[in-house]
Amino acid sequence: MKNPKRIHTPITRDICEGLNAGDMVLLSGSIITGRDTAHKRLSMLIAEGKDLPVKLDGETIFYAAPTPPQPGRIIGSIGPTTSYRMDEYAPDLMRAGLIGMIGKGKRSAEVRTAIIKYKAVYFGAMGGIAALMAGCIKKADIIAYEDLGPESIMRLEIKDFPLIVINDTRGEDLYENAVSRYNMVP
Amino acid sequence: MNTIREISCDIIVDTVRGLFIEASTDLGEDVLSAIKRAAESEDSELGRYALDKIIENAKIAKDTSLPLCQDTGLAVVFVEVGQDVHITGDFNEAVQEGVRRAYRDGFLRKSICDPISRENTGDNTPAVIHIDIVKGDRIRIIAMPKGGGSENMSSSVMLLPSAGFEGIKKHIVDMVEKAGPNPCPPVIVGAGIGGSIEKSALLAKKALLRSLGEPNRSDPRLSRFEKETLDEINRLGTGPQGYGGKTTALAVHVEMVPCHIASLPVTVNIQCHVARHKEAVI
Repeated sequence: MKNPKRIHTPITRDICEGLNAGDMVLLSGSIITGRDTAHKRLSMLIAEGKDLPVKLDGETIFYAAPTPPQPGRIIGSIGPTTSYRMDEYAPDLMRAGLIGMIGKGKRSAEVRTAIIKYKAVYFGAMGGIAALMAGCIKKADIIAYEDLGPESIMRLEIKDFPLIVINDTRGEDLYENAVSRYNMVP
Repeated sequence: MNTIREISCDIIVDTVRGLFIEASTDLGEDVLSAIKRAAESEDSELGRYALDKIIENAKIAKDTSLPLCQDTGLAVVFVEVGQDVHITGDFNEAVQEGVRRAYRDGFLRKSICDPISRENTGDNTPAVIHIDIVKGDRIRIIAMPKGGGSENMSSSVMLLPSAGFEGIKKHIVDMVEKAGPNPCPPVIVGAGIGGSIEKSALLAKKALLRSLGEPNRSDPRLSRFEKETLDEINRLGTGPQGYGGKTTALAVHVEMVPCHIASLPVTVNIQCHVARHKEAVI
């Protein structure tokens, strides 16, 4: 098996250009979480030209809402939610500086075009391995939208987060490439 | 005349609580074995990587009591109540209280909200409860935390009666293909055929409770149909997590009942690989 690429945040546009769909990545550093309602709120603020509760420039967002931490733990189980629900908002967030997205599942044509345009990246995290991924979180703090409970925006310090590049700056899509390689329907 | 057995709601609260906590952290041996078998035969490198991580995750969850998945689900509860049982107290409230305590005490995520305002109910209630009255003096409770990602890839349709098994198979395979990586493959496909629209949905969900890969032996047409549909799904190439490979589904489980001469209701209920259900008999 190929060695995974080790990447540290902040992810730059240069780093994105060096990534290819299908690359295994171990990501370390600082990321934020945000999913459905947080995206809707951020997108509305961007449209109104108002200040955001978190600066998105060069930021990487993880579409995730963890389980509550057990006593003595930093965080509960954490993993990706399905990304298509964020598609409506993702291009706005990239326009506001967002560079990395972590989720699971297919993205819309608009999102893929924006990834090319802004030299961004969409990573897949595996769904259903949330106890394992919890071990990669070294620090977790709620930084915005605490009223959303598990859906609030958190800042996470991560170490060797196991990811796969799904959509790259050249417009490649791992899911499409995988199906064309492994499909055996006559 | 049969004697009536009294069962207190307190026992129901404790049982429901325990089952949801156990289901959230302890992957069934049937699912784990199927994943291990798939990992041994998967040709795709990324697919194998994903399956290995799933196996590793199951071990970590069991050792640490951390939930297998952060989506600890909508609480679905199947109850078979023996007709010779008398329940003392408020049965529905007992189940809801069991769910409430499980999600609080087990540090499980509360994922239930108002459909429109999206305001979280805060305690993962209300649970969805299905009750059957059966013979005997016992109560069987099955707890099924159902994740949203795979539920979103499910649907009920009314096919043309002429569709037959071929048409139903095409419909199921198309749905799994279209869902692609979204429902966290490898998936388990539950299909309910016949009855009415809601009956087919209930059958599809009940089909997911069957021990993984156990064929429906009630009708030889069904066991054959399950196998053929599974083989076809696994030729799609989607693979574990959509990373490519031949492990797109672990099983297809089908349940079927007669329906109206004008109709062919079919529900396909997709279950992710974190197929959680635990049961107890009181």
